[in-house]
Amino acid sequence: MSNSPLTPGIVAGRLPAEAYVHNFGDHEPPLDRHEARVAADRCYFCHDAPCITACPTSIDIPLFIRQIATGTPEAAATTIWSQNILGGICARVCPTETLCEEACVREAAEGKPVEIGRLQRYATDVAMAKGMHPFSRDASTGKRVAVVGAGPAGLACAHRLAMHGHDVVIFERRAKAGGLNEYGIASYKATGGFAQKEVDWLLQIGGIEIRTGVELGRDISLDQLQADYDAVFLGIGLAGVNALRAVGEDLAGVRDAVDFIAELRQTEDLSRLPVGRDVVVIGGGMTAVDAAVQSKLLGAENVTIVYRRGQEKMSASGYEQDHAAQAGVRIIHNAAPVRVLGNGSAEAVEFAYTLEGPNGLVLSEETFTLKADQVFKAIGQTLKGAPEGLPVTGGKIAGPSGKVWVGGDCAAGGEDLTVTAVAEGRDAAEAIHAALAGQ
Amino acid sequence: MADLSSNFIGIKSPNPFWLASAPPTDKKYNVERAFEAGWGGVVWKTLGAEGPPIVNVNGPRYGAIWGADRRLLGLNNIELITDRPLEVNLREIKEVKRKWKDRALVISLMVPCEEDHWKAILKQIEDTEADGVELNFGCPHGMAERGMGSAVGQVPEYIEMVTRWVKQYSRMPCIVKLTPNVTSILPPAMAANRGGADAVSLINTIKSITNVDLDHFSPFPMIDGKGSHGGYCGPAVKPIALNMVAEIARHEETRGLPISGIGGVTTWRDAAEFMALGAGNVQVCTAAMTYGFKIVQEMISGLSQYLDEKQMSLNDLIGRAVPNFVEWQHLNLNYVTKAQIDQDLCINCGRCYAACEDTSHQAIAMSPDRVFTVKDEECVACNLCIDVCPVDNCITMRELPKGSVDPRTGKVVGDYANWTTHPNNPMAQAAE
Repeated sequence: MSNSPLTPGIVAGRLPAEAYVHNFGDHEPPLDRHEARVAADRCYFCHDAPCITACPTSIDIPLFIRQIATGTPEAAATTIWSQNILGGICARVCPTETLCEEACVREAAEGKPVEIGRLQRYATDVAMAKGMHPFSRDASTGKRVAVVGAGPAGLACAHRLAMHGHDVVIFERRAKAGGLNEYGIASYKATGGFAQKEVDWLLQIGGIEIRTGVELGRDISLDQLQADYDAVFLGIGLAGVNALRAVGEDLAGVRDAVDFIAELRQTEDLSRLPVGRDVVVIGGGMTAVDAAVQSKLLGAENVTIVYRRGQEKMSASGYEQDHAAQAGVRIIHNAAPVRVLGNGSAEAVEFAYTLEGPNGLVLSEETFTLKADQVFKAIGQTLKGAPEGLPVTGGKIAGPSGKVWVGGDCAAGGEDLTVTAVAEGRDAAEAIHAALAGQ
Repeated sequence: MADLSSNFIGIKSPNPFWLASAPPTDKKYNVERAFEAGWGGVVWKTLGAEGPPIVNVNGPRYGAIWGADRRLLGLNNIELITDRPLEVNLREIKEVKRKWKDRALVISLMVPCEEDHWKAILKQIEDTEADGVELNFGCPHGMAERGMGSAVGQVPEYIEMVTRWVKQYSRMPCIVKLTPNVTSILPPAMAANRGGADAVSLINTIKSITNVDLDHFSPFPMIDGKGSHGGYCGPAVKPIALNMVAEIARHEETRGLPISGIGGVTTWRDAAEFMALGAGNVQVCTAAMTYGFKIVQEMISGLSQYLDEKQMSLNDLIGRAVPNFVEWQHLNLNYVTKAQIDQDLCINCGRCYAACEDTSHQAIAMSPDRVFTVKDEECVACNLCIDVCPVDNCITMRELPKGSVDPRTGKVVGDYANWTTHPNNPMAQAAE
């Protein structure tokens, strides 16, 4: 091991081997039984609780916390899963600080909400460790539904359909199911292969077949699916990425942040994953934070997030921004890339400060340059590979239409969150079930 | 700093906080630690007659109930009186009293209801120079089955008889400790008074089962798969104790009989409440068993500050609330209040709404954006919203001024009038 954070270029093994284990360990360790009881005791069991309203899947949070407080975390998990079958991953990745915990009355009262996310993880962890899957299939309906995309929306949809007795085939273009849970979120938020464990757990319902490596538009067509199945659910996510549209974007070392995160998630030995010495991440969302923090954790010396608007416009939550700052990531606001500089490979990025004008954002004359041997683009994902002929609004599929339902990030409406995708998948399943029952 | 020094039936102590007869006062080591921490006095754990010492169970002795964050609210025990030899206790009592002359040291006693037994034990303890005796007529478990403790305290004639013996064979001040396991506390208190008691102390513990082991189907504390009732104490029993103390304090036959207040005293505030309802001092056990002896420091500082702020002496406090403890029929039915919610303090939990809407008078409105307001035309001022609100002082009661109209009844708020003159009362006396 000769490399260090100071080694120039994009290289692997910047840190001692044990550092990777520490850096990529559980970002927020699970509550133990005592901690969970103490945390649960803080819940006021509000009437028509604001946290429920704030949850896209409307989990009955006061009820599940009371179930934890009274020593029945298994019942709590059932309450959670009844609304959100991916309650385990959501407990880990939800921006609770902008959802349930922001709405918690104890946030208003003391600035310290009940730790809803961690309690949800406690309950689901306990129940999963016991091998509980408190759902069963209704009698078979003989109906067959195709689900495209094994991400949170597709999985939630499939599980609910299977519960109602329908047979489900999920088509997934990647090698593994899980979608962004498996490929798109920071490693320290879902340690121990949790995303795959949760998929395996979910499939215990039965009646769901997953066919991986099958891509819509390449291997299958929507027309064929409509012909072969009683209904189709599209949860294909946002497979495209926005371009920088800056000179030098094609230099070596410039890369999409989502690809980097996916590669990191699939790398067994992180000491073999190369990272730059000076990393610049362009963007202001969760993907930018996840790429930046993980670059730092891999041993990059300098990591800077540059966002073209002000701090208040960043879609990464305040909690995530703090987390990045604590990890040693610098965040620069109000600057946009003008060009990537370098000879064959990236060496620096020139930025111009931005001004908010009546006609939108404009670049000012004032510029600065950041050293960068690695540049990650995290400026948003776009719909890609959507079948022709479906109505599209605002760059997303507007559904449902005919036999086709849609949900998750590819669907119009709702935030691009795992929990929103679960809600949309679940609700689409109920709509499909109602439609099939009426036939 | 207010002067907290106390003189209770001639027994002097630097403050009115005594440790009750219980495990914390079973031996010299504990009692000295208590005195070092600042306790004004102790009632030494109950001594029994000479002979083979008492035996205790060798499994759990205590059961408990908890509030949020596992705060101990109630404790019950199946421990018996001291299980150490009488001579050891007597020797230690003497040593402690010699060393801590300014502190009160009272000896709790429980021997069979026979004159000779009492005569004998009183003779034995006289030599200790202790300040007084407390007759344990209260323990509801174990000893009661042997005809002692609450078995005596439940029969006023026995209380009177034994108290007489004690006053006959001893010159020591005598406190009679009463059991709450009776339908009315007054006959036992009157009996003690007739027998010549210098004071009563109450309450002893309440017969109880704190919980049931749902795996073994046994009451807890569970001894080899079986459970026995215990004696209940701690913050949960305070309301029961306060009422019993106040009943003795206001009854014409027992008024003026000194009372040592016991039952869930945990803070200076609890102590002040007992004293306001007539207790001359207080005895503490569960709070010390929960938090250790240091809590007395908060009791001392808190009571001092309170008395200073009120510009009262300790004696001014004793019994101050007794005249205001009246029967229901004397409450003013023309005292009309309405709940009001401070929107700045409200955290929008909606518990007041749930409580009122589901279980009471539908007197709280909830707007779509979760603003909670009181409907004066429905509010009966029951106080439930205040009791369930997690924020202190967020909901308060506002008194309607005399002459204004109560929107609920449409009636003008009038002068004082109670049930005794109310037209709906068939027994009503004509108003003058």
